[in-house]
Amino acid sequence: MSLLHVAILLPFFAALLIPLVYKWTKKIHTGWLVLPIPVLLFIYFCSFIPKTMHQSTTATMPWIPSFGINFTVVVDGLSLLFALLITGIGSLVVFYSIYYLGKKTERLNNFYAFLMIFMSAMLGVVLSDNLIVLYLFWEMTSISSFLLIGYWYHRERSRYGARKSMMITVFGGLMMLGGFILLHIMTDSFSVREIIASGPAIAGNPLFVPAMIFILLGAFTKSAQVPFHVWLPDAMEAPTPVSAYLHSATMVKAGIYIVARFTPLFAVSEVWFWTVSIVGIVTLLWGSINATKKNDLKAILAYSTISQLGLIMSLLGVGALSLHFGNEEFYAAAIVAAVFHLFNHATFKGSLFMMVGIVDHETGTRDIRRLGGLMRIMPITATIAFIGTFAMAGLPPFNGFLSKEMFFESMTDIVHMNLWNADTWGVLLPVIAWIASVFTFVYSMIIFFKTFTGKNKPYLLPKKPHEAPLGLLLPPCILAFLVVLIGIFPNLIAAPILEPAVKAIVPTLGAADSDFSIHISLWHGITPALLMTIGVVIVGTLLYKTNRYWKPWITTRVPKKLRIGRAYDASMFYLEQGSYRTTMWIMTGWLRTYLNYMLTAFIILIIGTMFITDAFNFNFSAMTPVTAVDFVLAAVILVTLIGTVFSKSRITSIILLGAMGYTVSIFFIISRAPDLALTQLVIETISVVLYLLVFYHLPQFSNIEEKPKWFSVKTILSIGVGVTVTLIALSAFDTTFYDSISQYYLDNAYKEAGGKNVVNVILVDFRGFDTLFETAVLAIASIGIYAMIKLRLTKRREKDENQ
Amino acid sequence: MKTNDVLLRNVTKVVAFIIFLFSLHLFLAGHYNPGGGFVAGLTSAGAITLMFLAYDTKTVKSMLNINTIMLTGIGLLFALGTGLIGILTGDAFLTHKYTHIDLPILGDVSLHTATLFDLGVYLVVVGVTLTIIQSIGESD
Repeated sequence: MSLLHVAILLPFFAALLIPLVYKWTKKIHTGWLVLPIPVLLFIYFCSFIPKTMHQSTTATMPWIPSFGINFTVVVDGLSLLFALLITGIGSLVVFYSIYYLGKKTERLNNFYAFLMIFMSAMLGVVLSDNLIVLYLFWEMTSISSFLLIGYWYHRERSRYGARKSMMITVFGGLMMLGGFILLHIMTDSFSVREIIASGPAIAGNPLFVPAMIFILLGAFTKSAQVPFHVWLPDAMEAPTPVSAYLHSATMVKAGIYIVARFTPLFAVSEVWFWTVSIVGIVTLLWGSINATKKNDLKAILAYSTISQLGLIMSLLGVGALSLHFGNEEFYAAAIVAAVFHLFNHATFKGSLFMMVGIVDHETGTRDIRRLGGLMRIMPITATIAFIGTFAMAGLPPFNGFLSKEMFFESMTDIVHMNLWNADTWGVLLPVIAWIASVFTFVYSMIIFFKTFTGKNKPYLLPKKPHEAPLGLLLPPCILAFLVVLIGIFPNLIAAPILEPAVKAIVPTLGAADSDFSIHISLWHGITPALLMTIGVVIVGTLLYKTNRYWKPWITTRVPKKLRIGRAYDASMFYLEQGSYRTTMWIMTGWLRTYLNYMLTAFIILIIGTMFITDAFNFNFSAMTPVTAVDFVLAAVILVTLIGTVFSKSRITSIILLGAMGYTVSIFFIISRAPDLALTQLVIETISVVLYLLVFYHLPQFSNIEEKPKWFSVKTILSIGVGVTVTLIALSAFDTTFYDSISQYYLDNAYKEAGGKNVVNVILVDFRGFDTLFETAVLAIASIGIYAMIKLRLTKRREKDENQ
Repeated sequence: MKTNDVLLRNVTKVVAFIIFLFSLHLFLAGHYNPGGGFVAGLTSAGAITLMFLAYDTKTVKSMLNINTIMLTGIGLLFALGTGLIGILTGDAFLTHKYTHIDLPILGDVSLHTATLFDLGVYLVVVGVTLTIIQSIGESD
């Protein structure tokens, strides 16, 4: 167990201690005691930056070595980027939550325990090299996210949101597990690095594409891609620090991480390129259009997160092409853009969520229809919002501008590719990207201008607004500062953080002879991308100004038919209703129905098997001659049988049943089975007496003698069962395959066991074990009858009640 | 009006003994002729049932003061214990032993642990049958 393992599990162990700490320290806000953990981890992971620029660090701890499942941790550029985001933003979120959540009013021990479990799980996801360990941490993020969304569990919406996110992300997680297992089947390894190394060998495997689809399903559900994005807007019921941390900066990027991590393996496939790009670009468009129609600030941010994740996803899809051409660096620009935007998005979206939290905290509402003119009251918050929204819209000099430019460049580059028809249909990608960017611009402007400019409407606000305390402002200020800093000096993070991450995604770039390096310049000449951005600003401004004309149309008309959340609700509803109805339809509660099922299954299975195995060629060579006595006895049995079935009164049936039993004992006699005959006689007598007893005790009112119907389902089934059993008997009659073992008993009954009654010797000596338990069965039956008759608790209880 | 079944009772006194003896015969002859613990047990139970029919339950119970469930248990213990003999002598469970012994009056007698096993079966069957008949008969 190395220090890296300790680092991953540290928040988890902290989560175990938090309830104790919470109980003992009444005076200090629990958050202060939690804060050192992410800060320490952040510093620790920062120490990896110089090392990771050249090579990756590996540490292994055996867990289940016999199955190849080991807790292997690898720090490479991609993992480190995520680890820094998780711990860095984690620290800020913990700090922010100290001021956001009241010490008296909230159950802080729950909150911080869940948050620490989440942090541990997230670090595990990005640092694990073993697929099973990765999956374990993956599900831990789902569960802790579920707990955090449902933190205010007394609210119905919280519970709904938590359940929805759980359903969708766990569905994706299970799909991903399937994909992992398929990978293991193909490569016989659980290690991500080993699997990627064996990538070319498995590309032609028939399981390759299914594994890819399953893993993509996991990534898409976690990263809220269309159509699995429906859980993210509902997850906004969580406390704002949680939304800022989980649902903008870290957890939703776990899917991005998976896609990036598996790019070297799957990017050889056309399916990967098209699926990831198209899903990403559709998500981008869908999220940005939906964000413009929302009135709740957090809902706008949720859809904007969906949209931005789609952007990163589409860039990763396009970046897959970089593994196909000699000129990798040219096409790897998409990957660079993806990684850069991933980082940028985490910074500005985190600050925006915190800003919304401040607005909510200080005014009591997040509804943009009630807010307005807050700029003068909350100047610092307004500055943070300005930086965040303009970075999100992609305007200079903020970091969003740079990554958006790179995004446009990559999307326009795709037109020049002549692989997989990318040059024909690929034209759609930049067009959609441009339209989506226009909408991104519009909603970014809505967030800022509707909240902070215009007329102040204090009568609509539940609280009297004022500037937030320093503690709430500090974390978003740090993030906003980063947004500006990286916007102006992007190369600060290019060499230490972005380059190793890109090399981790595109391993050919990391080769020793490659002189790959990233240089991002703020002013890069008049390129098509810059012209596109100018177009975005012009059209976006027009759209924003005319907002009130088209917004009603977009909210009422179009989306109602296209709401995917509604499809989710309907599918859950019909799933429940459908299973309820199916159960009610199948499970009638009538024993006769179940008997019908069983007999039908019996007939179908047996006759089907006989057809498949061709068991209909009967062999009668070993048949003994049939005598007249046999015919007479068979006739008697037949008569009693028909009488039993068709008699009108029950007592006739009982008597005829007895007659049948005695005839069977005669059969035993002529078949030379005296022991059987004796037993059959006595047992038949006893059972007839018991039948009569039961008949005598039948209650009077139900004693209506009923004539059986001539024709019904029962008739068909009973004839079917009879025919089936007869066919089995005829088919099994062929004894020519092997000799009977009875000769051994005949020879050895006296020699070995000292008895001449072979039946009895078999019963008590050769196979005495069976007899032992048959006597036990009898004993149990008798005690059961005794208990049923003697112990009548219901009666006694009634008596007690009467007293 | 109470019927006077003197005939039935007197016949029962004789016949029950004969049935008992027959069941004893079935039991002991089991290893060489048709019979054995199961049928013998049923026959003995039949004799007692006849007594139940001729007399009332109380009288029969005072004549044969047996706890039938205990009887079942003892029978199961016999069957199980016979199996343990095999284990004690180092063989498999339920390995039977038998020998021939010359007794002064009876002459050559074969002794077989399978008889003890059969005795267990016999006791279980008697116990079970009587338990069932008694509990049903006494219920109202």
